[in-house]
Amino acid sequence: MPTSDHIIEVRDLWMTFPGKRKDEPVHVLENVGFSVERGEFVCIVGPSGCGKSTLLNIIAGFLQQSSGSVLVEGAPVTGPDPKRIFVFQENGVFPWLNVEDNVGFGLLDKSKDERREIVKHYIEMVSLGGFEKSYPRELSGGMRQRVEIARALASSPDIIYMDEPFGALDFITRLKMRTDLVRIWQEEKKTVLFVTHDIEEAVQLADTVLVMSRRPATVQLSYPINLARPRDLDSPGYLAARDRIFREMGMSLKVGG
Amino acid sequence: MKTFGLPIAVAVLFLTGWHLAVKLSGGDIFPTPWQVVLGIAELAQKGVLLKYIVASLFRVTWGFGLAILIGVPLGLLLGWFKYAAAALNPMIQIFRPISPIAWIPVAILWFGVDDRAPVFLIFLASVFPITVSSMAAVQNMQPVYVRAARNFGLRNTELFRKVIFPACLPQILTGLRIALGIAWLVVVAAEMIAVNSGLGYLIIDARNAGKRYDLVVAGMVMIGLIGLALDVAVRRLEKFDEVRWGYANK
Repeated sequence: MPTSDHIIEVRDLWMTFPGKRKDEPVHVLENVGFSVERGEFVCIVGPSGCGKSTLLNIIAGFLQQSSGSVLVEGAPVTGPDPKRIFVFQENGVFPWLNVEDNVGFGLLDKSKDERREIVKHYIEMVSLGGFEKSYPRELSGGMRQRVEIARALASSPDIIYMDEPFGALDFITRLKMRTDLVRIWQEEKKTVLFVTHDIEEAVQLADTVLVMSRRPATVQLSYPINLARPRDLDSPGYLAARDRIFREMGMSLKVGG
Repeated sequence: MKTFGLPIAVAVLFLTGWHLAVKLSGGDIFPTPWQVVLGIAELAQKGVLLKYIVASLFRVTWGFGLAILIGVPLGLLLGWFKYAAAALNPMIQIFRPISPIAWIPVAILWFGVDDRAPVFLIFLASVFPITVSSMAAVQNMQPVYVRAARNFGLRNTELFRKVIFPACLPQILTGLRIALGIAWLVVVAAEMIAVNSGLGYLIIDARNAGKRYDLVVAGMVMIGLIGLALDVAVRRLEKFDEVRWGYANK
């Protein structure tokens, strides 16, 4: 049983990959521990290649950890689960299906009418009305990422895992996507675990920012962002939070390098 | 102009060169282009042209169809199960470079001189490229599609049907196009030895029965034109939305 309302609990997690040579294994994660509350928006930031993606893949059940435990809803993770949908960095939208069929992909057990209703609702939510019959190749990168987010939401998961979902988008599109993501998150009340290397993105989005160290990575700081939404990117509170995390990562680069 | 003008100009040049070469050499066995046209007309009039075309297409349909039925599922499975590929791939790679022509004596031994022999040869010619390209399609597939599908709870046959197969379809189709070209090449060789109808039979029969080289070349021209038509037909399939994403030129 979960001791509190922690939907995700990561305890003493270690991950080691076999290296190129047998006697040189690569230690990626070291004693990682944190918890996420139900409905919370948590961002994991850290330097490139520090193991953030590996961590998210373990939590989502795509990778098996070397040791330690990941509990979701109080139970150990044994594999991917339709109640916890992953939004991929490289875009996992199926190019052979149109927008409508992609968004409805997780709803194949529902009746046709019910399915149509849900699909319509989420296509509207991500502002893709009018593109129902379009194929991914006809859409921009930002629109494809919206399709994937709609597909994730439509299957009504408890948790959404996002692995640098806006990493391949241009600056303006990224800002817009963040605004929309926060709006959608406020409407849907899902738990979101969001990996990014972009500190500003993390501070704009998160309730809590977890700062990871360089490899072998551990959670170096868990920093709550107590700022009202919509967030003003000029406000002293925003800038203070941002600078605090910048300092945290900058310092660690000097010490740990 | 570029799409029609240039090819037509080249064709006219080629036919003129052909005509002049025949005329200047003074030989009377090899036909001029016009004699070939008359030859085709003669075949059509006798009613054998259509009959032979149908016979050849019939054999290709059977051989190629069987090759798809076996090659695509086999290739997908080999691409998915690493141990199966490790076990079977060396054998496939040994069989693959053996020309179907080399199988002709074996085909006659096993099937005699009825339709099954050329069908078998066409099957052999096309099953390897189909299997290998289907296998490569799975191996080169973006892993993100399978991970997304697993995330939505898809497993086993559903995973194959809804994600792996459609994800591989563009590359499978390219493999089919190449294999169909090979199948069409082989039908002619197969018909030269084993049967008494078809375009391959026409060519060898026209030569044996009175050195009718106008009909030999007529048969060659028909083979070329039908081969082109088959290729165009498969290329049409590449325009469908289900596969169009998989090709660089949209």
